[in-house]
Amino acid sequence: MTGDETLSGVAPHSTEFLASVAARELAGRRRVFAGVGLPTLAVDLARRTTNPDVELVYESGVVGAHPEAMAEGIADSVLVSGAEAMLGMDALFGYVLQGGNVDVGFLGAAQVDRVGNLNTGLIGDWDRPTVRLPGSGGACDIIASAEEIVVVLRRHDPQALPSEVDFCTSPSPVRARQEAGFHQPSGFGVAAVITPLGILRRPDRYGELELAAVHPGVGVDEVRAATGWPLRLASDVAETPRPSTEEVRLLREEIDTVRLYLR
Amino acid sequence: MSGSKVTTLADAVATYVRDGMTVALEGFGHLIPFAAGHEIIRQRRRGLTMCRMTPDILTDQLLIAGCVDRLVASFFASGSAGSLHEIRRRVEHHDPKPLETEEYSHYGMYCRYEAGAKRLPFQPLLSYVGSDLPRLNPRIRAVESPYGEGTVYVVPPLNPDVTIVHAQRADARGNVQMWGITGAQAPAAYAAARVIVTVEEIVDPDVVRADPNRTLIPAHAVDAVVPVPGGAHPSYAQGCYDRDSAFYREWTPISRDREAAVAWIDEWIHGTAGHEEYLAKLGRQRWAGLQVAPAPSGSVSYGRRKA
Repeated sequence: MTGDETLSGVAPHSTEFLASVAARELAGRRRVFAGVGLPTLAVDLARRTTNPDVELVYESGVVGAHPEAMAEGIADSVLVSGAEAMLGMDALFGYVLQGGNVDVGFLGAAQVDRVGNLNTGLIGDWDRPTVRLPGSGGACDIIASAEEIVVVLRRHDPQALPSEVDFCTSPSPVRARQEAGFHQPSGFGVAAVITPLGILRRPDRYGELELAAVHPGVGVDEVRAATGWPLRLASDVAETPRPSTEEVRLLREEIDTVRLYLR
Repeated sequence: MSGSKVTTLADAVATYVRDGMTVALEGFGHLIPFAAGHEIIRQRRRGLTMCRMTPDILTDQLLIAGCVDRLVASFFASGSAGSLHEIRRRVEHHDPKPLETEEYSHYGMYCRYEAGAKRLPFQPLLSYVGSDLPRLNPRIRAVESPYGEGTVYVVPPLNPDVTIVHAQRADARGNVQMWGITGAQAPAAYAAARVIVTVEEIVDPDVVRADPNRTLIPAHAVDAVVPVPGGAHPSYAQGCYDRDSAFYREWTPISRDREAAVAWIDEWIHGTAGHEEYLAKLGRQRWAGLQVAPAPSGSVSYGRRKA
């Protein structure tokens, strides 16, 4: 195997693989609201490959970021220097997000369930949780108003993908609709979940996630066994294309040169 | 000059921050008022309700020091450094005692300050429909639109006894100028009964008045102005110095071990007389590593009417 083939042969659970898959999800999208961690890598890669014109929006108030170095967090000074606009939070959350100007919200979660509810709040008992997670941040606001949501998960097992979340921080339209009489949020909710095993998609606003693609070397049965509900298959389950050698090179040599997120 | 509100950090905290108060320390990953928080620790305030959108390391430190009994917030981790272990110990294991929390989303928390600043009884937002957050936090309630658009969730006003913020500069009367990420500082200031502002530098009023659009909090909303260069460390002040990311990484193992965290507070906060001594202890070399290259804004002309 040559060096180049080794690059594109990174394992499907590697950060390089997940970030490359996530970057491709952003092709053709205009305005992306990016969270911390892996989404940072993916939007940076998308800007250099699939989508040079993507407008990066961060909850800290940055609109149209042009960072000269990889951002360590959504409030990093490199996102501010050279940005197209710095807005106050009223404008960012109120006008940009709730006003319906974000195409894709890019989120992480501890749990995603069958209909795309997200848990970033707690695992276990509400009053005395086993694990206290970071909470909503902007996620509950983003899922309501971004046109759609892409989630990246670092693990794929029945705990991370349960039939129903332990706590719903950021709701699917399926759950929102159960609150009769409420002004319904405009967002589609979770459209895609990228995991170390494959890609789940939710084609219908009020439907459930189904398996749309498996990563190379991963079997459909393996994904179903690792999912907390009887996972439906899309009519045509594809195999995820490997990252290109150029994508992996960019991530390692130009984007995350200090290996902050690449582990 | 007349109307100067310039004072020392020790005096400002002694005067305005009392045991049992509700205190907002705002700054969204940027301009976090660390020096002021550390002074609250030094003066051993107790029983505070702390309000912060993103608690960050500062909240972990105030909790370890025993200053805070209640936390009102919208994120319970450090932006890039992961878990805040004192918060987790308090919530998950009630160790050394339980922590009362009141939880919102970011926009919900922001709307609380907005309602507080505007003296509104509540503020609506389109978040929370279908979420468990209103069940966890009964202060998030619902109101039917009188205009027939359905029911929406609302949040109550947040009116702190004191709001403390850090900024790049202010004049002596307290016209506060800041740039970069400006978070919830302006509504949090207007919502509060008292406002303390720490700044990198006190500037001449002419500097402020040459660029009035950059004033985010006017002097009429400010009670005390304190020059505290480096007052946001280990967070940053855009254009002045960068975030001490190494500190954030170093905090994780300290925070994980309660004894180490208590020892850190003793050594770095109680063991220093004030922020100058804290910075001196940090060392010149470390500070030099946080310096940034200049990137001045273009200037605009406000014009003057000809006589």
